Parts: sequence; C-alpha cells; structure tokens
Amino acid sequence: MKELKVQPIKDGTVIDHITPGRALKVLKILGIEGKEDSIISIAMNVVGKRGKKDIVKIENRELEAKEVDKIALIAPNATINIIRNYEVVEKHRVSIPDEIIGIVKCPNPNCISNSNEPIETRFVVTSRKPLKIKCYYCEREPDMEKIDSLII
Amino acid sequence: MNFKGRDIVSIKDFTKEEILHILDVAEEMVPIAEGKEKSNLLHGYIMASLFFEPSTRTRLSFEAAMKRLGGNVIGFAQPGTTSIMKGESLADTIRTAESYCDVIVMRHPMEGSARMAAEFANVPIINGGDGAGHHPTQCLLDLFTIRKEMGSIEGNKVALVGDLKYGRTVHSLAYALALFKADMVFIAPPQLQMPKEVVEECKKMGVEPEMRDNVDDISDIDVLYVTRIQKERFPDPEEYNKVAGSYRIDIDTLKNAKEKMIVMHPLPRVNEISPAVDSTKHAAYFRQTFNGVPVRMALLSLVLGVVD
Repeated sequence: MKELKVQPIKDGTVIDHITPGRALKVLKILGIEGKEDSIISIAMNVVGKRGKKDIVKIENRELEAKEVDKIALIAPNATINIIRNYEVVEKHRVSIPDEIIGIVKCPNPNCISNSNEPIETRFVVTSRKPLKIKCYYCEREPDMEKIDSLII
Repeated sequence: MNFKGRDIVSIKDFTKEEILHILDVAEEMVPIAEGKEKSNLLHGYIMASLFFEPSTRTRLSFEAAMKRLGGNVIGFAQPGTTSIMKGESLADTIRTAESYCDVIVMRHPMEGSARMAAEFANVPIINGGDGAGHHPTQCLLDLFTIRKEMGSIEGNKVALVGDLKYGRTVHSLAYALALFKADMVFIAPPQLQMPKEVVEECKKMGVEPEMRDNVDDISDIDVLYVTRIQKERFPDPEEYNKVAGSYRIDIDTLKNAKEKMIVMHPLPRVNEISPAVDSTKHAAYFRQTFNGVPVRMALLSLVLGVVD
C-alpha cells in the first residue's frame, strides 16, 4: 500500500482528500499552528486512487464538524475521519456553510471590511455548485480560482 | 406595510410593492416639499446627517425634507471637523451619533459602509451613497420622477446613457426598472457598456435590454437617463474627449425625439447635456432634483414609523 506515506494514528482526526497543495492553508484556517500538544502530520501531493491530494493528521484531537466545514471553501472534497484506537469511528465530507466569516478577505480594496473597522470579513454563499460567494458588505464576488490568495 | 426601524441600504432590499408604497407616500408629500403646506409630522425627531464625502443634492434634500416636516438636523458635511480625523472608526462614530438622534443618513467613500453601519446602529440607517456601491434614495427618486412625468414606470422605453460599466447606481436603476418590466436600452461606448451580470439579471427578470453605442437616433425613447462619463476611466485624454463628445446631448440629439420624451440626469453634470437643453420641454433633471425632497420625506416618515 503505497498510498499513505505517513503512519496511521491511534486517536485523533484525519482530514483526507484535501485539494493538492492546500494542506498548509487548511491548517491555517483551522487555527492549528503547531504550538498545540498534538502531533500533526502533513502529506502533500500524495498520489491516491483519484489523483493527487493532501492529507493532514492531528493526533489526540477530535475536530468538530462545524469547525472543519470552514475548510470547504478551499478543499471542497475533503473528508473528515475521526479515529479512535486505530479505527475510523466517524467519517463525513465537509459541507459549505451558508456564510463564511473571517476566513477570506474581500478583493475590493475599497470595501469597508478592508478598513480598520471592528468587523470580520463576511461572505454569503450564493451558489454551491459551482461555489460562488459574495461579500456581505460590498457585494463583490471574488474569482474562486484566485481564492487562495484571499485567505486571511 | 411596516417600515418602522428599517434600514435603507440597497434598493434590492425592497419588493416592488414596497417601492410603490414609498412612491405613493412621496406623492402625498409633494405640497409640503413645495412649501405650499406646512407640516409638523416629524416634530421632536432628530436626523443625524453624516457626510464623509462631498454632496450637494443628497445632503441638502435630506436636510430640507427633515426640516419641512418640522424635524431637526444635526451632523457634519465634512469629516475634517470630527474625531474621524483622530482615527475614530466609523463604527464608533455611528454608535456616538445614534445616541443623539432618531435616524442616521450617511454618505461614506467605502463600499459596504452603510451595511456595516446598519449592523452597529439601533436607529435606522439611510444610505446616501457608499462609494461606488448603492444609492437607494437616488434610485427611488428616479423611479418617482419617471412615474410622475410619464404616468407609470412600466410601458416606457428607458435609455441609460454614459458610463454604465462602473456606475453602480445605474446598475441598481436597471434592476429596479427590470422589476417594473420597463423596456431598456443601454447606450454606452463599448468599453463602458453595462456589465454582463447586470444584463443577465435583467433577462432573468424578464426584460431583454437592447445595446447601442450611440445617441444618433433616440426617436423610440421615452426616458433618456444620462450619466457622466468620467475622465479617469480613460488613460488617454484625447480618447476621453472623443468619446464624451459623441455622447453629449444637445438640441440636435433631440430633433427626432418623441414629443413627451424626458431627459433625466442624477447631476452633477459636466458636459453631458448642453445647457441649451435646459429650456426645452424635454429637460426633467431639475424637477428630478426637486423630487429628492418628497421621496426623502417619505423615507424619513416611514422608517421613523410616523407614517405606515
């Protein structure tokens, strides 16, 4: 089995099928900086059955579905596996929330959310397939192909 | 219909029925706006007028509207005299202003500023223009003008002329006109033509706009809505002069116009309409400017809950 280059974990969360090259951004969105006690393994550009993917494994921490849904914006095909004693006890796909708050910045430099006001950026999901979002404040729709560059 | 406490941020926040109701209330306000009738409808109410950007018509007509109805006005016309210069945020400025008033009218250079202000304020926020964003009270007074001058909004062929690409107020107007199923013609140089999304939105609403690139023949038009072509959109001043010149409305442009065709302009104008047009029966832009008063009177009375 050549697919997995990293060891299975005993307990924790495995985020699989992350869009290749985006594992570090996924960690950033989840607020995982490596300062936590958990052992974190990252595998990027792993060749799986359905092409390349990134994988993130976080030991001894079970991420809540809602928490992980935030990554749907950049890794819409990701799956979340909760592992207990080497067994997958829960598995689900990320689902896109109705609103995306504080994750991406508005591409419009003249948007109020890009000023020093005490607000978080806020986008409303206007379409799920294909994924389209609109700034709640200025109504600008970012180019989803360039969404990487807008992650805060 | 209950408008009490509502924010007026974008025309898209309103249904067609709500828009018609606002226009009906505005109609009743006309004699008061003209000074022919006196009113104390908003006696005891205070409107804060926060203008972070220059304005002539929006600010003056809001203040006139409030005062004609017996209300009071506080505020500023330039942020240079306020704590904004010390770096105070808009959010804090709004929270401060709302503790002194019953309704806030604001113009701010950044898009989305009114939407944000509405989140922080407990009193209604009326957007008097947020950068290149929305200007709903302009849109309402435009609709009011078309209805008043032509008898109805639907059934007219409305031509939007000038910079249709960048002017978001024209986008809102196109949306509102589509809501009323008015026929639309978008007249602009190719580089300033209406964005695809706006055209698509109109089509989805059942209106198929026609595109033109000149004002040579306007004989089929009922309402000619002219907007300013901005110099800064053109890297080459020569090109600007050429383009702007070819969209200028003068006596010659009007020679084949329908008898009852009206020319509208949100003003300020620079060179888009020759002053010679002012004295023709087609010029409706100064009446349009006046209409800002009854429409804003209606909005103030409605959001303050004094009128249902």
